[in-house]
Amino acid sequence: MQTYDLESDGLRGLNSSLQALAGSTNKTQWNIVNPRGSHAIAVGLDAPIEVNVKGSTGYYCGGMNKQAFIRVHGSVGPGCAENMMSGTVIVEGDASQYAGATGNGGLLVIKGNASSRCGISMKGIDIVVHGNIGHMSAFMAQSGNLVVCGDAGDALGDSLYEARLFVRGSVKSLGADCIEKEMRPEHLEILTDLLTRADSDARPEEFTRYGSARQLYHFNIDNAY
Amino acid sequence: MCGIVGLFLKDKSLEPQLGTMLTAMLVTMSNRGPDSAGIAIYGSDSDAKSKITVQSDAAEIDFSGLDLALKAAIDTPVSIRLKDTHAVLELATEKVAEARQALAELRPTIRVMSTGDVIEIYKEVGLPKNVAERFEIAKMSGTHGIGHTRMATESAVTTMGAHPFSTGADQCLVHNGSLSNHNSLRRKLRRAGVTIQTENDTEVAAAYLTWKMQNGASLGEALENSLDDLDGFFTFVVGTKNGFGVVRDPIACKPAVMAETDQYVAFGSEYRALVNLPGIENARVWEPEPATVYFWNH
Repeated sequence: MQTYDLESDGLRGLNSSLQALAGSTNKTQWNIVNPRGSHAIAVGLDAPIEVNVKGSTGYYCGGMNKQAFIRVHGSVGPGCAENMMSGTVIVEGDASQYAGATGNGGLLVIKGNASSRCGISMKGIDIVVHGNIGHMSAFMAQSGNLVVCGDAGDALGDSLYEARLFVRGSVKSLGADCIEKEMRPEHLEILTDLLTRADSDARPEEFTRYGSARQLYHFNIDNAY
Repeated sequence: MCGIVGLFLKDKSLEPQLGTMLTAMLVTMSNRGPDSAGIAIYGSDSDAKSKITVQSDAAEIDFSGLDLALKAAIDTPVSIRLKDTHAVLELATEKVAEARQALAELRPTIRVMSTGDVIEIYKEVGLPKNVAERFEIAKMSGTHGIGHTRMATESAVTTMGAHPFSTGADQCLVHNGSLSNHNSLRRKLRRAGVTIQTENDTEVAAAYLTWKMQNGASLGEALENSLDDLDGFFTFVVGTKNGFGVVRDPIACKPAVMAETDQYVAFGSEYRALVNLPGIENARVWEPEPATVYFWNH
């Protein structure tokens, strides 16, 4: 177990130490203490290690993650797990704006609420929020799954492409071209797997699926060059 | 980008530490706005007396003998307290309007930062740490205070372009964002008789709230109205003599974090600004909702 004190040892040393771990390493367990809302904690990791952040963080925690398992024992600021490629990021508290934005892969779990623009432009990441999400979530989401165990804010899934959205509670309003869709057995299967991996006891059959109606300009083949 | 910090104390025993706590919060937000900084402190109320906080780029010349000159001009006792480029004049409340007129004639280069029973505003160009040190903010006590670190977008980097802006007695406003309809609204407010000193967008928002409150709105109602009438990006933190308010535009892309305990309500553009507050580990910490008005009163 490696313990890193961010207050005394600084951010640059942390990220360079963690980013240097590639392939096989015996330093697989890391505790980061005194994060005190610092930005860019544990970004750009590319090794199958476990990182526990003992407190709340600022912007971009766990950004661009590959392979690593990162757990934040607190809340995160804007842009958590932004552009994640693989691995897992778990937030025990709340997340600020654009959590999981542009994520290509991996799993982001937020045990509290996520605010606006959660999963904006997601490209394959799976996001499970135990609480509610704010407005403009999954805007232009391209692929992957966004699971919301609570309620969703205004303009959910505006200009959506192929991402699947599952919401258990209410949706304040749907964005342009986002519609309710039939929940088929393959969707229940995906949802069951994600809820299990996200440690949620919500029942898959309580969710509604939303997706793209594919009616916007660029879905019409006659508008192709 | 700009940084905002705010602290509204519920526990009187913390009042002597207001300046120290707010200074630490402000300095943490330096990299959100290193070009200028300002702080509004709401201090203790003295009966029938008001404060006029003034600023001058030629403080030595402008402030020399100012109390006596003003006393002679408006025939009332005036005390003066000097703080670097600022000075706080104290005089009978009913003489404030007269004193402002006299100041404009006696010392035309002086700028009025604030007037009111309890408010003092200090703001200057420079790093937040240096600004706070110049005015010894850490030594100040008070009931609530608001600070701002500025990264200018809508008007020049000058003392008058720094926040907080005060357009009414004991009122102030700080802003992170930019307003797009401030020119038309400035014309409208000026036609309605509201004084606006700069071409800055934030001063228009402050003047708008003052105008609403002059016409009978409460702070909460004025903030509600601002959501309909102001166009642009904003996270506002507002102070009045007894109150402290927060509102964000419906898009809410300018960051905001709040914390509340039995001892205080605190605002920060980032959580980093709040980490040194007492009992923050057990505080209720949340992100203010878009288009939602929050306010507290003493």
